[in-house]
Amino acid sequence: MSSPNLDVRDVARLARIELTDEEATKFQAQLSRVLEYVEQLGALDVSQVEPTAHANPVFNVFREDVPHPGLDRKVVLANAPHSANNLVVVTKVIE
Amino acid sequence: MSAITDLTISELQAGFRRGDFTPADAVRALEDRIASVDPSVGAYLSRDFDTALAAAEKADISLPLGGVPIGIKDAINVLGESCTCSSKMLAGYKSPYDATVISRLRAAGAIPFGRLNMDEFAMGSSTENSAYQITRNPWDTSRIPGGSSGGSAASVAAREAFATLGSDTGGSIRQPAALCGVVGLKPSYGRVSRYGLVAFASSLDQIGPIARTTRDCAGILNAITGKDPHDSTSLDMPVEDFTSQLGRDLKGVKIGIPREYFVDGMDKRVREKVETAIRQCEHLGAELVEVSLPHTSYAVGVYYIIATAEASANLARFDGVRYGHRAQNPKDLLDHYMRSREEGFGSEVKRRIILGTYVLSSGYYDAYYLRAQKVRTLIRQDFTNAFEKVDALICPTSPDLAFKIGERTDDPLRMYLADIFTIATNLAGICGISVPCGLVEEDGKSLPVGLQFLGKAMDESRLLGIADAFESSQAIARPPIG
Repeated sequence: MSSPNLDVRDVARLARIELTDEEATKFQAQLSRVLEYVEQLGALDVSQVEPTAHANPVFNVFREDVPHPGLDRKVVLANAPHSANNLVVVTKVIE
Repeated sequence: MSAITDLTISELQAGFRRGDFTPADAVRALEDRIASVDPSVGAYLSRDFDTALAAAEKADISLPLGGVPIGIKDAINVLGESCTCSSKMLAGYKSPYDATVISRLRAAGAIPFGRLNMDEFAMGSSTENSAYQITRNPWDTSRIPGGSSGGSAASVAAREAFATLGSDTGGSIRQPAALCGVVGLKPSYGRVSRYGLVAFASSLDQIGPIARTTRDCAGILNAITGKDPHDSTSLDMPVEDFTSQLGRDLKGVKIGIPREYFVDGMDKRVREKVETAIRQCEHLGAELVEVSLPHTSYAVGVYYIIATAEASANLARFDGVRYGHRAQNPKDLLDHYMRSREEGFGSEVKRRIILGTYVLSSGYYDAYYLRAQKVRTLIRQDFTNAFEKVDALICPTSPDLAFKIGERTDDPLRMYLADIFTIATNLAGICGISVPCGLVEEDGKSLPVGLQFLGKAMDESRLLGIADAFESSQAIARPPIG
């Protein structure tokens, strides 16, 4: 198992979360301790073990492709921080 | 006659049928009780008394839960109500639809009533991570109620709810039920639809009831279970009545005592109460068998990798575009995302998203996430092996009593380690229930201890039967509040 090598600011940027200096310092210390703790999983030999993604032996659940009504547009748009002309307004993406 | 709000659901329904009082009386009684005790408990984020009263006046008491008000954790969508997950991220959000459990409760005649406080996005074991308010343990209001479904458990204990729905990803129904002295059931993975539950860790999350008795939990499970086309992980199981094995003794029942769940580090008084409860089960006819779950000590590590990985993906939806908090005047899209999420999420949520992103990131995926999934297989196998020998397992729900508010907030690892007895259940997808098994005196107050029974996947009827047999041999204690 690789040694904890966590750069909190770098990972926070990947996760799209701005951090204050105080948060960065605190999380760095706290999460390094958590990662040290999970190092214990390295003690097990799992080379012959299959991974479990979820607990039920159910795969590829299909349903009939039948259209059904979606949510009411007005109700949904009421939750959007910015909307206009029955559409969600997003922050400018292209210069 | 005792106050309406002291009653179990079964007693409440008997009262409706006899005409002693009506569902509207029950809603009014709750409203009075909430007004008198909730200022000191803080379980409810909000409630809509008028809507509940209107529903109560039309209630059909011949239905399985006809006219019964049921409190709802703030992570479950109820049409037209707020659903904040106790996060600033979802301040002002109004649910555009009913979760499947809510439509099923309504079909069974129940009245969804109120929004109950929780740890933000269900991340926590004390309800201290709510962005809105502290919820206090009704047994000692200087202590936490447990979490993340702290409001759901505290409200039932304080008799300001008859029963509630919570959600359990790593113990979030059972642990607060234990610390508040009420009954909490985590159904098997796939037993109850997750559609409309705001997702934390999709392979672990499950909705379940918190109530005063095992019987009441069984009645609610009857109403909310079943295959749902909106949740592909919900299972198509034969219909069964989860109350069918209640009212029996434990003769012929084999109960396993997992040796790894009785190790140092547990509060001695908790251990004593649980050991007394185990002898009680023997007295009721159970055959006790020592079993081993050898990978128990890895469960916390596996959980905090898998749950945070799934959370980092699930919570990516909170981008300040379609709903949720949006930062003012972003200078570009990246700034929009980064500041919206910085401002909307609290510390524990940020910590877990960062940890989850890290264990999934290139270069670390195999070492952390994939390895954790493999150890998850070993943990599941431990339970499969144990259930070949026994019908159920018995153990403590939490190694500790309710602790003081603020005592552990700066030590996330210590907080995570206290989940040791509940999280393997979710990793394995099996069912579990916490029932009260006694009180311990601390600082002049009585604090409840929870006893946990675990059953194999889809074996809820038997699990509930065993829990009911134990519970029926005990007196139900109530906190001295109000």
